[in-house]
Amino acid sequence: MPIKTVLTAEIENVSILDAEGRFDEKLGKGLIPDADLVKLYGHMCTCRHLDEVAFKLQRSGRMGTYPQNMGQEAASLGAAYALNNDDWLVTCYRENCGLFWRGVPMESILLHWMGDERGNAMPRQHHATPIAVPIGTQMLHATGLAWAAKYRGEKRIACTFFGDGATSEGDFHEAMNFAANLDIPVVFCCQNNGWAISVPGHIQCSAPTVAQRALAYGMDTIQCDGNDLFAVVHCFRKAIKQARSTGRPFFIEAVTYRLGDHTTADDARRYRDQAEVDAWRARDPILRLRKYMAKRGLWSDAKEQELQAKVEVEVAATVERAEGITSPNRVDFFDHMYAEIPADLALQRDTMQTHGIGQDPSQIEGAVIELPAKEGH
Amino acid sequence: MANLTLVQAINLALIQEMERDDRVLLLGQDVGANGGVFRVTEGLHKRFGGKRVVDSPLAESGIIGTAIGLAMAGLRPIPEIQFDGFLGPAYDQICSHAARMRTRTRGAFTVPLTIRVPVGGGIHAPELHSESPESIYIHTPGLKVVMPSSPYDAKGLLISAIRDPDPVIFFEPKRIYRAFREEVPEDEYTLPLGKARTVCEGEEMTVVSWGASVVQCMQAIERSGRGIELIDLRTLYPFDMDAVETSVKKTGRCVIVHEAPKTCGFGAEIAARIMERCFLHLEAPVQRVAGFDTIMPYYKLELDYMPDADRIARAIEETAAY
Repeated sequence: MPIKTVLTAEIENVSILDAEGRFDEKLGKGLIPDADLVKLYGHMCTCRHLDEVAFKLQRSGRMGTYPQNMGQEAASLGAAYALNNDDWLVTCYRENCGLFWRGVPMESILLHWMGDERGNAMPRQHHATPIAVPIGTQMLHATGLAWAAKYRGEKRIACTFFGDGATSEGDFHEAMNFAANLDIPVVFCCQNNGWAISVPGHIQCSAPTVAQRALAYGMDTIQCDGNDLFAVVHCFRKAIKQARSTGRPFFIEAVTYRLGDHTTADDARRYRDQAEVDAWRARDPILRLRKYMAKRGLWSDAKEQELQAKVEVEVAATVERAEGITSPNRVDFFDHMYAEIPADLALQRDTMQTHGIGQDPSQIEGAVIELPAKEGH
Repeated sequence: MANLTLVQAINLALIQEMERDDRVLLLGQDVGANGGVFRVTEGLHKRFGGKRVVDSPLAESGIIGTAIGLAMAGLRPIPEIQFDGFLGPAYDQICSHAARMRTRTRGAFTVPLTIRVPVGGGIHAPELHSESPESIYIHTPGLKVVMPSSPYDAKGLLISAIRDPDPVIFFEPKRIYRAFREEVPEDEYTLPLGKARTVCEGEEMTVVSWGASVVQCMQAIERSGRGIELIDLRTLYPFDMDAVETSVKKTGRCVIVHEAPKTCGFGAEIAARIMERCFLHLEAPVQRVAGFDTIMPYYKLELDYMPDADRIARAIEETAAY
């Protein structure tokens, strides 16, 4: 018998507004109404400024470790813009812009990185899950959330974000495999930013695209310029429409770049060339959108100045709210361990400031022992 | 009343909870048409259909991770991990997400799931099919851990676990899946999590155990002819220290029995708590009869590893003679 080809595959790459400002009228016309575009641009600028301020807060000791989102604003924003507000948005930590568009308060993100769990108390109406810290694990939650919607006969889907590093994790493959084989409508979006801390993308995936990994699960897939808001919106519209109508998952690889360090604890100069960073700076998603809007007569230097002034006020107020929040009570970390606190845990809570940890005060008949004064006091 | 094995009691509990609450669904490897490798979910696929009894891909982290998403959306998933030794791949999802979701979101998201896991040795199973990992999960704040030792308890505790608003690991001692039958009410009933059961009363000594070891303890106590109080903890977190304290203050002597390795086994915690609460009442050091700090041997020697009635009886005599 002759040898037959059992599979040939092609993967499309979508670019609509490129770094040089060229715009594909055929794909791009009418994709985003002008009024929305101005709003989306303003949103990206706000997110960028918050990112810069967060960096400074960390450097001046006012915030803990923070992962900058700089350069990656377009992908999650395009997703949040294209999704319905009651579709689940399940992210890691470089999707601030999409979360803010969804309505998650900006101070939530600051509070999270300021070491305060109250930043994760996402109001449920946003249908956004809190930042997931272990890499790649949240894709399974997205699959479960979309599965629950399917179980209840809702039209809601889930969209989940992760980086190129996460595609090496077992949970990535398990989430893709569950969604594909059990017919669960999830849009998987890999923000391929080229680096997992210091490890370059080819160590995570030696195939020419990350997008082709989806083919192995029988999942439709597409690649786009992740710094091109138009291309992102185009791909998400297609993916969302298909997921909603067929109940099947869809994969999007958004090719982008991490302009900043991995986090404030990282120094990317140790492992990558400045020339590479500079080349990507020229492909900044905000820069090209501004140029495009100016060319279309939607934007001007005056409007830019006005916007930046507004953004500064908004971000400063956000920082003020985050820093001004009352300190948590010293026993707050006991409060949400269980719906109802077990008696034993309540005893630990109630005695943590008066007795040694684990000590049952009934043994000393509830007496409070005064500590001897420290030497020199 | 029906005379049921532990497997049948669990099966009945699952049926009743699925009939009562359409948010309850089962997922796992082979839980569907095959009824689970131990037949615990026998007949459920036929009765409730593939939407509610789901044969999942073979991936433990995937099973628990998707169940977390289902639970976050408000359903009551009951994932099954086929064997204790295969909990490992799901560890990250259980401990990094299920256990932490409520506290890290200040209650905005919760994970009301019940993870069913056959546990322990004694059935001549292959490697990694006979483990007792309960301490790992008792030691993980945010989880509840249950291990019944009888059909009656299994049904009432499982129903409580399913209705509990927090993640529960429900360990099913496979050695006693079909070892004996017990009268089990056909109507639904719940047993509170965190409450021990006094299996038999006595004045001379307290024996504390859980899971399949409880049956070994009963045999040892019968042989000893002594007045021994046997406490089956049933729930390992939260655990009923009050019951242990009351008993040990009465008897002054205590032997703790578990199948898991001795070092950092849950017996160590019970012993430490007895020191905190009953120090002046003790007539003898608290003793532990446990698995050894070795890898669980292959099945030719598994009975030498696990605490049996002989070892327990010997520990009872040693503690009585102290």
